[in-house]
Amino acid sequence: MERVRAELLLPLKEEGRTNAERPKGPPLERIGPHPWVQTLDALIMPLTGFLALVGLWALLSATVAPSLPSPAQTLAKNWELIRQPFYDRGPNNKGIGWQLLYSLGRVGLGFALAALVGIPAGLLLGLSSGLRKMWDPVVQLLRPVSPLAWLPLGLATFQAANPAAIFTIFITALWPILLNTSAGVQQVPKEYLHVGRILKLSRRKMMIKILLPAALPHILSGLRVGLGVAWLVIVASEMLTGGVGIGFFVWDEWNNLSLEHIILAIVVIGLIGLALDRLMLWAARTLSYQPTRD
Amino acid sequence: MAGYLDISYIGKTFDTPRGSYAALQECTLEIERGEFVSLIGHSGCGKSTLLSIVAGLTLPTIGGVILDGKEVAEPGPDRGVVFQQHALLPWLSAFDNVLLAVAEVFPALGRQEQRDRTMHFLEIVGLKQAAGKYPAELSGGMCQRVGIARALAMRPKVLLLDEPFGALDALTRGHLQEEVVRIWQKFGQTVLMVTHDVDEAIFMSDRIALMTNGPGATIGEVMRVELPRPRNRRALAALPGYGVLKTRILEYLYERHAVAASLP
Repeated sequence: MERVRAELLLPLKEEGRTNAERPKGPPLERIGPHPWVQTLDALIMPLTGFLALVGLWALLSATVAPSLPSPAQTLAKNWELIRQPFYDRGPNNKGIGWQLLYSLGRVGLGFALAALVGIPAGLLLGLSSGLRKMWDPVVQLLRPVSPLAWLPLGLATFQAANPAAIFTIFITALWPILLNTSAGVQQVPKEYLHVGRILKLSRRKMMIKILLPAALPHILSGLRVGLGVAWLVIVASEMLTGGVGIGFFVWDEWNNLSLEHIILAIVVIGLIGLALDRLMLWAARTLSYQPTRD
Repeated sequence: MAGYLDISYIGKTFDTPRGSYAALQECTLEIERGEFVSLIGHSGCGKSTLLSIVAGLTLPTIGGVILDGKEVAEPGPDRGVVFQQHALLPWLSAFDNVLLAVAEVFPALGRQEQRDRTMHFLEIVGLKQAAGKYPAELSGGMCQRVGIARALAMRPKVLLLDEPFGALDALTRGHLQEEVVRIWQKFGQTVLMVTHDVDEAIFMSDRIALMTNGPGATIGEVMRVELPRPRNRRALAALPGYGVLKTRILEYLYERHAVAASLP
């Protein structure tokens, strides 16, 4: 009985120690694992994920899906394409770098047009409930339509594949930009508008000094979504229109039955999409104010 | 009808899905030039709506407001408003928030003069050092100071304060109350303040207008605060007049016009 009590008292004694006589160990302020453990963690975990994917791929191609080329085969067959992304041997034989640049050009143009139309139109819709009542049903009806359904209309109107693809991208990116801008304007706090009214700002100044900066975070997130969807849709629309572009490249390689090249295209399309998204995120962080604490 | 700011027979009816709701009825109040008047009442009684009508941001259904001989029909810089939630533009620094107002109200001033005026008013509220900071980097009390600087820098005929200290902690609130009183005295500014804090109203005001509860809220009684200035918060509480006044106000608010909870 006496011994048990002595043991119970021991921890209390230890707590009574001052910092100077604390037993050796890591400094108190460090909480969580060591920094380089964290870095390793941030590297190793995603890497493990990719390795698992490649492992699964190798397993599938070795067992149930023999037509799927193995990872080693894919790398070997793509080596030339990766090494020389910008070779040019005539209109139907260009390196994958060129294909990507053509696609990016179409997306850039269609997206820019969508922003040019979508932001002003969104501002107007956001400002006027009358216009909203008039146009909201139209937008709601057209928004769920796959943009590819517009492609034949583009082909018929422009009589050429390239403008038709750009037109499709324009339609794709238009809705998120338009709707986000309109929502952003509607969500501008009333007090900001009151400040503008007390200062008797002109309509133009109200727009430039209050509405646009207040709605900017919404507008930028609309642009980000729009660009993301545009990059999704360009592949499909190029598969249908042909010419030079990553979508057509995929289709062409399917006709050549070269699945290795298609796998390369998938990886590259993913990388570009990721880069575009990061770019827009960075732009949003740099351009717009950080939301306030309250 | 000789006041500097005349609020005459203001009524405000809102259209709701369940029919019209008369929020304000026959609100009448005269304020002299240089006077500090508080509007006190239970929350939701319509006192902020009345202030918004004086600001011109809300139109009354009936009645009118005359400031310095001119009828109020729309908002304007002659009525500087300090909002409950500061309403600073978050993408502008404290300096630029005030400068925006200065540049709009005094376009004839040169660029440098506008900047000097901006700095001058930030200095008055004690924020010269924080001029370059953004609202998100400032505390609630500091934001409210910037809001006050912005309103004052417009050189308004009347300063309208809409529960300006409501969102602040007690200590900051006390400091800012004293500061606003100091600024009011320095500028001889006419002030109309909405509050639900009885101590705040007594400490700051010349007169206190008590509002009855809605529907059909109105200014029921106006009490003069006969306490000497400059007022010291601690000494004030010891004065016999203070307790009497506070009791009268509380009695009015909590007994004669207690919130009618039984109403639908």
